[in-house]
Amino acid sequence: MSEKAHYYVPVGPIHPALKEPIRVEAKVQGEKIVEVDVKRGFAHRGIEYMGMKRNAIQTLYLSERICGICSISHPYAFVVTSEKALGIEAPPRAQYIRTIVAELERIHSHILWLGVVAHEIGFDPLLFWTWKGREKVLDVLELITGNRINYAMYMIGGVRRDLKEGHIKALRDMIDYYRKFNEQMKEVFLSDPAYKARTRGVAQLSKKMALELNVVGPTARAAGIRMDIRQDIPYDAYADMDVRAIVPQDFVSDPRGDAYDITVVRLYEIDQSLDIIEYCINELPEGKILAIDRYPVLLAKIKRTEGEAIGAHEAPRGEVIHYLKYDGTRNGPAVWKVIAPSYNNINSWAPLLLGAEVADIPVVVAYIDPCMCCNDRLALVKAEDGRVLDPGVLHRKAVEKTERIKRELGVRE
Amino acid sequence: MNYGDLAYGVAIPLIGVFLGLVYKGIDRRVSARMTSRIGPPIRQPFWDVGKLLVKETVQPENAVGWIYNAMPLFAFASSLTLLLYIPFGVLKAPLNGYGDLIIILYLLTLQGLSMAIGGFASGSPFSSVGAQREMVLMMSYEMPLATVIVGFALIYKSFSLGVIASAPVWWSVGPIAALGVALLFVALLVVTPAELAKLPFDIAEAETEIAEGMLAEYSGRNLALFYLSDAVRGFAMAALEVVLFFPFTLSSIAGLNLTGWPYYTVETLWFLFKVLVIYLVAVTLVRTSFGRFRIEQASRMFWAYVNIVALIGLLLVWMGV
Repeated sequence: MSEKAHYYVPVGPIHPALKEPIRVEAKVQGEKIVEVDVKRGFAHRGIEYMGMKRNAIQTLYLSERICGICSISHPYAFVVTSEKALGIEAPPRAQYIRTIVAELERIHSHILWLGVVAHEIGFDPLLFWTWKGREKVLDVLELITGNRINYAMYMIGGVRRDLKEGHIKALRDMIDYYRKFNEQMKEVFLSDPAYKARTRGVAQLSKKMALELNVVGPTARAAGIRMDIRQDIPYDAYADMDVRAIVPQDFVSDPRGDAYDITVVRLYEIDQSLDIIEYCINELPEGKILAIDRYPVLLAKIKRTEGEAIGAHEAPRGEVIHYLKYDGTRNGPAVWKVIAPSYNNINSWAPLLLGAEVADIPVVVAYIDPCMCCNDRLALVKAEDGRVLDPGVLHRKAVEKTERIKRELGVRE
Repeated sequence: MNYGDLAYGVAIPLIGVFLGLVYKGIDRRVSARMTSRIGPPIRQPFWDVGKLLVKETVQPENAVGWIYNAMPLFAFASSLTLLLYIPFGVLKAPLNGYGDLIIILYLLTLQGLSMAIGGFASGSPFSSVGAQREMVLMMSYEMPLATVIVGFALIYKSFSLGVIASAPVWWSVGPIAALGVALLFVALLVVTPAELAKLPFDIAEAETEIAEGMLAEYSGRNLALFYLSDAVRGFAMAALEVVLFFPFTLSSIAGLNLTGWPYYTVETLWFLFKVLVIYLVAVTLVRTSFGRFRIEQASRMFWAYVNIVALIGLLLVWMGV
């Protein structure tokens, strides 16, 4: 048979391997993928535009809703950027508390990823077990911030809630718990032959390719690149300690940049986060938790400020970069630009899927821990002839459609 | 054939379907408990079937209609027929004497085959990929399965299950052949999850990869029939293993001296217990402790390792007999 049959396997926008909408169109020959196209833009919500219509404090809590799971990464980048633009600095205690909360979130996000990747290779019992272990950190987050997710903890120039003795005791318990649990997880993930068979050599990103594709975060570190915002541009409590990027060559073996290596990176980053939290609670300074403790004063200062800044935070998935501009006319950002790590990391899908097998699609898709709602900053709508429709036309069409539906349903005003 | 036989022949498949669903329920419950979940009630599979039966049966536009609709019936019919050939502990199989291990092998294959054909006929890329995988997997596990059956034929000089069930295999052969039989049992245990399309060999249905594969387009009544035939197949496969390897009666172990109704009741319950144990070991435990293999990994595993184990077993049996 000279002409082999082709299939188009559409993965997404709705597919069991995906937790959020995105589309991967794979042309498949037997089990092998011969052509890939990744289409994004299903989760665009115009969130930056919304932020530019609100005051800065409202925008801060809006930024928490950018990402579905790392609800502290965007606020962290936002407050760091805002403080730079305003020229204020958070009190030391607040800086340490911010770091603690960010690292707690890294732990829960990494355990979440470990469960998700277990599910993607069909290992559901492992998913249940890891997520059962994740409950502890969520309980601690709830104790400290009042919520399991979307903590509303940060404020421009500090934090809104202080750490008390009980919280610190709970944190110490949690650290002991995860020191043990993480050892078990390393045992289960790194020495299980079935897990190794499904992840070794899958989604393999060489160092050169990683640099060319400009991937960030654990994805880049798995390929052996020592990059980490906490190490390169330290901020808050990270500046007081020696944070080193976790790369597989320091722990297990030479980096291959595959899904197995990224598991190594994530597992050892949990250890690192525990170390950071331990350092922070040991060295926690006394003092205020807010630089400007009255919000009207803060908003008034923002209104008087003219300035712009770029700030970054190392989110569990990679670097989150925010750009802010205050123009001195309103108490919110005049320009707000968000760059999420998944935007860079999704670039690696197409080259990695090419030549891979259908069975590898879930692993390739999951190994970067993609967050679609983080990275969709633009929605491009094309007419049937390929012409790009501008917002005015879209708005008119929407109004026309509403009118039509009203007519069809017989709705009277 | 008189009316009594006919009633018996109708009752056994019905009881088999019922037991298949009960075992599926127990399997789900035990698996949930093993992963620290509560799990669904044991009657959940019955509710599932009931719900599926009242749902709309959708046929995709580009499906080959008659094949698409015929295959679930085909699978269900073959699974019911399968039950007619398997002795129920001390109860004779309704079609005892009319068929043998070869036909059981065919009927087991037929269900997987009809699912694959149904998948190809669905006209969906997910189903096609799933069906291709099922074919590859089938080609991989049929060889060890056939080796096991040949091993039994060597020992008993017969393919008839009635003959095999009458005397436990372990006592009718020497120590070398018994070791061979043990190896055949191991091979059959590994084949079981593949035959039943359960983890780690549910490659053809792989939810996260190809969205349930062959079953992706099936719904309503058709899906219910596949569900039922899957349940029956699970029960039948475990029952077959019990008949082949553990036909010991409780009376012979405990030295009971029962006759008539009490004898049949006790022995049937004992048989069901043995089936449950095999089911839990070969299906539930395995599917709870493994992730899914890739198709080429599974294929290599069957062709290389499981085949070698089965062939060595066969060799030992041949030497021992």
